[in-house]
Amino acid sequence: MSLARPVSLVAEGLSCIRDDRVLFSDLAFQVTNRQVLLLEGRNGSGKTSLLRILCGFREPDAGEVRWCGEPISDVQYRIDMAYVGHLEGIKKELTVLENLHVALALAQAGACSIGAALARVQLAGFDDVPAQALSAGQKRRLSLARLLITHNALWILDEPFTALDRQGIALIEQLMAEHCDQGGMIVLTSHHELNLPTVDVQRIRLA
Amino acid sequence: MSLTAAFFAIIRRDLILALRRRSEIANPLFFFVLVITLFPLGVGARPQLLQAIAPGIIWVSALLAAMLSLDSLFRSDFDDGSLEQLLLSPHPVSVLILGKVFAHWLVTGLPLLLIAPLLAVFLGMPNQALGVLLLTLLLGTPVLSLIGAIGVALTVGLRRGGMILSLLVLPLYVPVLIFASNAVTMAATGLPVVAQLNILAAMLLLALTLAPWPTAAALKMSVS
Repeated sequence: MSLARPVSLVAEGLSCIRDDRVLFSDLAFQVTNRQVLLLEGRNGSGKTSLLRILCGFREPDAGEVRWCGEPISDVQYRIDMAYVGHLEGIKKELTVLENLHVALALAQAGACSIGAALARVQLAGFDDVPAQALSAGQKRRLSLARLLITHNALWILDEPFTALDRQGIALIEQLMAEHCDQGGMIVLTSHHELNLPTVDVQRIRLA
Repeated sequence: MSLTAAFFAIIRRDLILALRRRSEIANPLFFFVLVITLFPLGVGARPQLLQAIAPGIIWVSALLAAMLSLDSLFRSDFDDGSLEQLLLSPHPVSVLILGKVFAHWLVTGLPLLLIAPLLAVFLGMPNQALGVLLLTLLLGTPVLSLIGAIGVALTVGLRRGGMILSLLVLPLYVPVLIFASNAVTMAATGLPVVAQLNILAAMLLLALTLAPWPTAAALKMSVS
């Protein structure tokens, strides 16, 4: 997939208050094609809250987020974004293939077929294995395979490297680099040091 | 992917899931059969009394069985993050939810419909009322699922939402119970029941068109 269309995610004056505690205030950033935004910070510093605001699950207490100039409640944003969070969104009773078919039915098809995506995340041959029989790392790779089979420009990833071994981490970093090469963009949180030499990485440190 | 494909994919997914977790189908049905078979033991085997209270027994049991099964509607999707993915879909969430509720009704409501005639005969209900009983269940149980969906969507984020759920949902179930059991009682005595059936049909149409919207809104609130 080559994303010719210029896209941008702009946040202005964002603030988030949780239980009378200001997690962040007046936060602003802009991400465009071929860029990665890495959110850093201690546990409880509001990284996940920020991601959930970017997903539209949570309203910011002030400020706004815009996708290509439009508010993110617009349907175009939900077409263009894909989210993998703490909860992987995998049904453990369904097989690997059934899980991906459901994901595909809920979104627009991307360039990568299901078989190719499974091979890409090194789950080829696991098609008919129930997801509950997969290891934690394999499950994570399955949830990331969802990003490959659907059309999307923006990936929002919450700690994508949890439960992955060193090879798995390298694999995901490679997929991320490819996604950016093709014009996509990524917003992620991670405690792991990102190794993306070819990509423009912005960092925001939440205190 | 088109909306119809997504709608049927959701139904198919939920049916496969129900098939792999059989207790979900069995529990409400088991409860329904158990309550109805216990009643004659409790009130004594007096055919006339049983016959008189049969419509009420069957409908109250159906209502409680429907409520018992509600929690499974969104619980596992909420726990494993599938609900988040559903809400992030570009398709209208209310339509996807309608698919989920329909699949849920097929799994928990339809079996009640299939076993009810047997239990009705068991309670000595006259034959002329059986058709009406089935009709009221066919019209009424989907309403229970649709109204229940709003309640579950509101409480799925709470750790102990069971009590609140029954308080929220039961009052809304009462009209269905009144019209449905009244229709069956009147049919048993040979009176016309078109009015009650029409009202039940109206409730079903109203619930079909209106309930998915608040359910979608409540689910969005629950995941935030």
